[in-house]
Amino acid sequence: MSEVAFADGARVRIVDLGKPGHVRTPQYVRGKVGVIERFGGTYENPEDRAYGRGRGTAVQLFRVRLRQRDIWPDYPGCEADTLEIEIYEHWLRPEPTGEAQ
Amino acid sequence: MTADHSHSHDHTHPHPVNEDDDMDLTEHEAKFLALKAMLIEQGILDAAEIQARVEVNELKTPHQAARMVARAWVDPAYKARMMADAKQAALELDIPVTEAALVALENTPDLHNVIVCTLCSCYPRSLLGEPPAFYVSKAYRSRTVREPRRVLREFGLTLPEETEIRVHDSNADLRYVVLPQRPDGTEGLSESDLAALVPRDALIGCAFAKTPS
Repeated sequence: MSEVAFADGARVRIVDLGKPGHVRTPQYVRGKVGVIERFGGTYENPEDRAYGRGRGTAVQLFRVRLRQRDIWPDYPGCEADTLEIEIYEHWLRPEPTGEAQ
Repeated sequence: MTADHSHSHDHTHPHPVNEDDDMDLTEHEAKFLALKAMLIEQGILDAAEIQARVEVNELKTPHQAARMVARAWVDPAYKARMMADAKQAALELDIPVTEAALVALENTPDLHNVIVCTLCSCYPRSLLGEPPAFYVSKAYRSRTVREPRRVLREFGLTLPEETEIRVHDSNADLRYVVLPQRPDGTEGLSESDLAALVPRDALIGCAFAKTPS
């Protein structure tokens, strides 16, 4: 197995690949910044598998923790509230430390 | 609908759910029975394998996850194993797990976890059975990530401002189960009595465990 692409705690941006069809990255987190919560294992890329392509294309899956305020600027809850979501490695880019967004 | 479904009616009678009901099959039932027969005929599956899987499916109820919660409440070493690898912890209790990976999320006075699948209906079926109607509704799926405190209030859970709400979007390959807080006044209860205090919704993060009456 190849090396794990992101370490726990690393800052990442979820990019918008603009990919249509059976993708597992919902619109509401595209472009948002969070940190890697944990590596979730390696899976066949569902974006290919759903169309009968790419069986065996292994991609790494990460759980990303985001602050709700970074997802929804007008989030109606508390400052500390968070959301975690599973994102495949090709939707993630390292994000320099600094202000989110 | 088959061609010989000739009697006129307004669909108030029940359509059959078993192949030996004395009524016409629906299109999906006919397809299901044909596919099953073909798989057996081609030697891809045999009847015993299908029956074995039906039996596994019938074991999938929220009681399985409730057993894990009760064990975790009484056995700190088990709880540690469950937090590290919930799939292994389920297998330890002879729960047949069909998911690739299971993650346990512990609720505490400082942190409340709640699970949603915004994209469809990803759900830990081995531990909880089929998801409830609310879980697959567009309202729950869209609102839980956007305004979780309001959604939880509608379930009767008002959480203090100091408690962090953490929403888990179960959108890909992992599946989640919540370990609710152990209610007060449950010291000395047996594991099976404790398991009876854990409603399904507490395992999703939409309810608390019950206090004993």
